[in-house]
Amino acid sequence: MTGTIVDRVTTHDCRQAFAAELTALARADERIVAVCNDSVGSSNLVQFREEFPDRLINVGIAEQDLVGVAAGLANGGFIPIVSAAAPFLTGRALEQIKADVAYSNTHVVLCGQSPGLAYGELGPTHHSIEDLSWMRAVADLPVIVPADPAETRSALRWAVGTDGPSYLRIGRYPVPAVNPDDITFEPGRSIQLADGDDVTVIAAGTLVSRALVAAARLRTEGIGLRVINMASIEPLDTRAVLRAAEQTRGVVTAEEATVTGGLGAAVATLLAQRRPVPMRILGVPHAFAPTGSTTFLLDHFGLTADGIAAAARELAGDGPR
Amino acid sequence: MLTADPTQAERYRELRARVAGSGIAERAATLHQLGRDVRREDLAMIQRAGLGHIGSDFSVTDILVTLYGAVLSIDPTNPQAADRDRLILSKGHSAGALYAVLAQCGFFPRAELATFAAPLSALNGHPNRTKVPGVETNTGPLGHGFPVGVGVALAAKLRGSGSRTFVVLGDGELQEGSNWEAAMTASHYNLCDLTAVVDRNRLQQGARTEETKRLEPLADKWTSFGWDVRQVDGHDHAALLTAFEPSRTGRPVCVIANTTKGKGVSFMEDRVEWHHKVPSAEQAAAAFEELAR
Repeated sequence: MTGTIVDRVTTHDCRQAFAAELTALARADERIVAVCNDSVGSSNLVQFREEFPDRLINVGIAEQDLVGVAAGLANGGFIPIVSAAAPFLTGRALEQIKADVAYSNTHVVLCGQSPGLAYGELGPTHHSIEDLSWMRAVADLPVIVPADPAETRSALRWAVGTDGPSYLRIGRYPVPAVNPDDITFEPGRSIQLADGDDVTVIAAGTLVSRALVAAARLRTEGIGLRVINMASIEPLDTRAVLRAAEQTRGVVTAEEATVTGGLGAAVATLLAQRRPVPMRILGVPHAFAPTGSTTFLLDHFGLTADGIAAAARELAGDGPR
Repeated sequence: MLTADPTQAERYRELRARVAGSGIAERAATLHQLGRDVRREDLAMIQRAGLGHIGSDFSVTDILVTLYGAVLSIDPTNPQAADRDRLILSKGHSAGALYAVLAQCGFFPRAELATFAAPLSALNGHPNRTKVPGVETNTGPLGHGFPVGVGVALAAKLRGSGSRTFVVLGDGELQEGSNWEAAMTASHYNLCDLTAVVDRNRLQQGARTEETKRLEPLADKWTSFGWDVRQVDGHDHAALLTAFEPSRTGRPVCVIANTTKGKGVSFMEDRVEWHHKVPSAEQAAAAFEELAR
């Protein structure tokens, strides 16, 4: 699969959904402030700024300050929505996320924009593939990877409405709608988007639509691929994972992130201790990406419907249930 | 989460009233005595725990005592009051001094100080806001408290609250770049109700600041970042009180408090090894004696 980032279906922009939902929430709750690092444009915050000029805090290019100031705003009674490019937000300000936000238990919503390989040719400095490993390692910090605009909106509503910290990935490139429009995000709860009893794929974010394409292809081959959208990476929907291990031959995980510590690692940690089954963990291997567009890189790393289908076929042939 | 000690909080209210109602000399004398009490309490905690940062604690004690004893608008029985003044101890390793002061104010019972650094105590080696009332943010790694304080002051400005924010920084801590990001932000947003207090004892963990990484000309740095700079003797309560007066320039205020690490105990003063050395029984006895005079 080359040439397009997704199959030829209607796609939607999660960033626009994020910005629209944020503005709508801000109209209803004057405690909501947006905090950014010279990222008004890339975070689609122009509309927010027009409506609420005093409630857009721009600290300039200074991510440590960005997160610390947000924690202070929360201390002062506001609900700060931090919006910044995911690699810099989570990399540069990791200790602020740990100490000022998570350990201090402040109600700060951290929104990592353009995560994964979205910055393509800009290179590994701008890829945010480590964020899920880093954020998962921090205690008391929900890690959420919405798969489409409806889920982005719902996850943001949940994060704003829930006292305490959270990290949300906001996808950059358009994706198909995969969830029901009326989806309600809940931490620790996944959504089964396709039924199947042979193999399970647990995917997050941009890989969910690809998993659905893989399931459709495998169906024609007589392989039933269960597709689980695991937006809540921390806390994980452990019941759905254990059920999948019990009811299908193996589990494929798929994420636009390094395989060192994200969704695949979370699922593997659970299954290795509770119900070991054959697994394939799809993601970016422990290596810096070569030069290439997002589409090229996703193909390069097998983060495609074909890649998911191939992994599922291996597990389907991996012996009796 | 620890809870307030109403009896001690009442004593604290009486102290505040006494300080407010007295002349400057008597006011300074009362705060000086409070500083002695806090140092003795802190010394006992460190001796019991077998760890702590005694030199740093004694350096910052008079700054904390002046703020809590005469400046901050706070109610220890209502530590989450929306329009309270806030103090953030960015140099979180001075937790011992902060705990001793908070207990004097009645934020929690003084008996709790005996648990400092003991297993499962609320009083960790660095302060935790989820367990200790009066602590505004969890500090310890340096360069964290100041950006948070800028956010707190910005929130007060957005709310139209007149509440004040004080951030107490170590001087060595200023080698962390995040502080200068925060200094720019505070100045950009004209946060005149924010005061940064630099505990300028000229020593850091391993050596003198100027030998490690030069901070001077420190006042010029703050001035050039858009701050109203006041330099004082950080152990002179009367001078500190003047320095802590609100901004008259519309700019945020930086108080460079020239201090002595280990202040109050002759053999600890200005000695780099007392950053986090624990006194022996003999040294502790000698220190208690000096602090009793």
